[in-house]
Amino acid sequence: MKKILAATVLGLSLGLSAQAFAEPVKVGMITTLSGGGAGLGIDVRDGFMLAVKNAGASDLEVVIEDDAQKPEIAVQLADKMIQSDKVDILTGIIWSNLAMAVVPSVTAQGKFYLSPNAGPSPLAGAQCHENYFNVAWQNDNLHEAMGAYANDAGYKKTFIMAPNYPAGTDALAGFKRFFTGELAGEVYTQLGQTDYAAEIAQIRASGADSMFFFLPGGMGIAFMKQYAQSDVGIPAMGPAFSFSQDILGAVGEAALGVKNSSQWNKDIDNEANKKFVETFQAEYGRLPSLYASQGYDTANLIISAMGKASVSDADAFRAALKAAEFASVRGDFKFGNNNHPIQDIYVREVVKEGDVITNKIVATAFEDHQDAYAAQCGM
Amino acid sequence: MTLALFLEQLLNGLQFGVMLFLMAAGLTLIFGVMGLINLAHGSLYMVGAFACAVVAAWTGSFWLGLVASMAAAAAAGAIIELAVIRRLYARDHLDQVLATFALILIMSEGTRWLFGSVPLYLDIPPLLQGTVPLPGGSRYQLYRLAIIGVGVAVAVGLYLLISKTRLGMRIRAGENDREMIAALGVDVATLYTLVFALGAALAGLAGAMVGAIQSVQVGMGEPVLILAFVVIVIGGIGSIRGALIGAVLVGVTDTMGRFLLPQMLTLFLPPSQAALIGGAVASMLIYLLMAVVLAVRPRGLFPAQA
Repeated sequence: MKKILAATVLGLSLGLSAQAFAEPVKVGMITTLSGGGAGLGIDVRDGFMLAVKNAGASDLEVVIEDDAQKPEIAVQLADKMIQSDKVDILTGIIWSNLAMAVVPSVTAQGKFYLSPNAGPSPLAGAQCHENYFNVAWQNDNLHEAMGAYANDAGYKKTFIMAPNYPAGTDALAGFKRFFTGELAGEVYTQLGQTDYAAEIAQIRASGADSMFFFLPGGMGIAFMKQYAQSDVGIPAMGPAFSFSQDILGAVGEAALGVKNSSQWNKDIDNEANKKFVETFQAEYGRLPSLYASQGYDTANLIISAMGKASVSDADAFRAALKAAEFASVRGDFKFGNNNHPIQDIYVREVVKEGDVITNKIVATAFEDHQDAYAAQCGM
Repeated sequence: MTLALFLEQLLNGLQFGVMLFLMAAGLTLIFGVMGLINLAHGSLYMVGAFACAVVAAWTGSFWLGLVASMAAAAAAGAIIELAVIRRLYARDHLDQVLATFALILIMSEGTRWLFGSVPLYLDIPPLLQGTVPLPGGSRYQLYRLAIIGVGVAVAVGLYLLISKTRLGMRIRAGENDREMIAALGVDVATLYTLVFALGAALAGLAGAMVGAIQSVQVGMGEPVLILAFVVIVIGGIGSIRGALIGAVLVGVTDTMGRFLLPQMLTLFLPPSQAALIGGAVASMLIYLLMAVVLAVRPRGLFPAQA
């Protein structure tokens, strides 16, 4: 009797998983592949496609389009992917202003959206949605870690700066949530700005003992080059986005010794991460950035859910995503009530390893950190 | 706010203005002499920046890159004039806008095809690295001072070219009455090609110089092109002097606005609100300036001719 029961259960589970695998999943990736923000989108795409390749997931089809960092293009692409490409899941958006324009309409149409980067605060709080999962972080998180670090480092008067868009306001809000010192100045720049002479003059004149800035992609490269050339002499710090692998190559030695916060680094010691860093270098001939790690985790999350449920059964697939049973390259990973990660955040330092300028972890800022907006989410 | 900070910001505004002048001078010359609206001027700026980045990376010399940027942009300008623009002089402005907009798309995609979408980075030449002291204890980047110097030199050179040379006389004559100078036996076609190549070379020079402090990427010219149009509308279309004054006005207004507006708003608002709103309003400031100038002087500050 026992044997028969076991066989039945086995047969059923085999039948079920075979059925889940039999149904292909189509993913639409809208990301930034041109202009000053291209480095971020290229890394997310490459990380994602590497995970698909490593898993041999031939039943996962990916449609990739470039949003050129423009909200109106992203909205058009999302409509096209849902209506004519018939995708099941959307992902890929880098910039929070684009995410705010696209995500609510995608989830309202019953599709899943998995964010590999942007985590604007409204989508973590009041506007959270059961079909929206953030696989990276809520925007404030890394900046909160730097606010805490600035206290530990003994900084008393910090100048803070970010671009004027949702992730920029989240960034400075996050930093201020934990920083207990005084602010020497607070400046919002234009998104995509390439000349920072006016801001650098203000930093120089502010009498600050330290400077915190959030400028991802080409903005960060332009700022760091100009800052280094201007002999300001005030130590800089920032989130990983201002010192990620895609920026360090162009900025060069000017960034050495700078502290920055990240939920991932290439030296995190686990099997998944070792395989990721190794295969990424073999495939693309460069070191991965945190963006690539986020793309990689996003794809692995989808693949893990595909093994458990069919995407046409939205409730089961959603539960499978929420369980987050995949080997994240950052180690422990789970979703909070608002489908945003609860994870460790580290402090990194920019170092030179041989000829390559890269980051290494020097401290843990937070363990099992959850975002500040989770309580505002009704889920 | 200290005097040193004010002075540094003034220099920043001047540097930005001078860079806009290099763009606007070519644009206004081409419009003034040939009556052509050239939207592809921003693409020539991009061509200059890419030529400089490629030659500097290849030879290791920024200076050769700078020469190459002017040569490449002038050559691109001349080819465009001979192949496309020449057919448009007699047509109305809509046809010109459509054709030059098509040129933007062609040149941007062509550059993307050749160099990819990821920005290139140019380094400031060793000779111009570092800073110099300013009165009041501040320091200023030497390279930005050099840009101001180049801009002033170009302004003086253009003034001499247009007011003292035979070519300048023909350019001025062409602005006033192109049928008449053609009837007098001046080779108008060659004159137009020359003026177009000159304007293109200035745009290429601006692109190369700015490329070294910012980044060299596809589409870098269009934001500058929009500002250059604002400059020539403020300065008066067709006038080099207007382009210079308009460019400095726009550069200083933009820089000072970004810096002073948030500070002024802190008198009424909490700092983060002031920074947010001030930053947003500052980005509209030059368009407000343009609106005011047009309301008072509808043909710009220095209209070229009646």
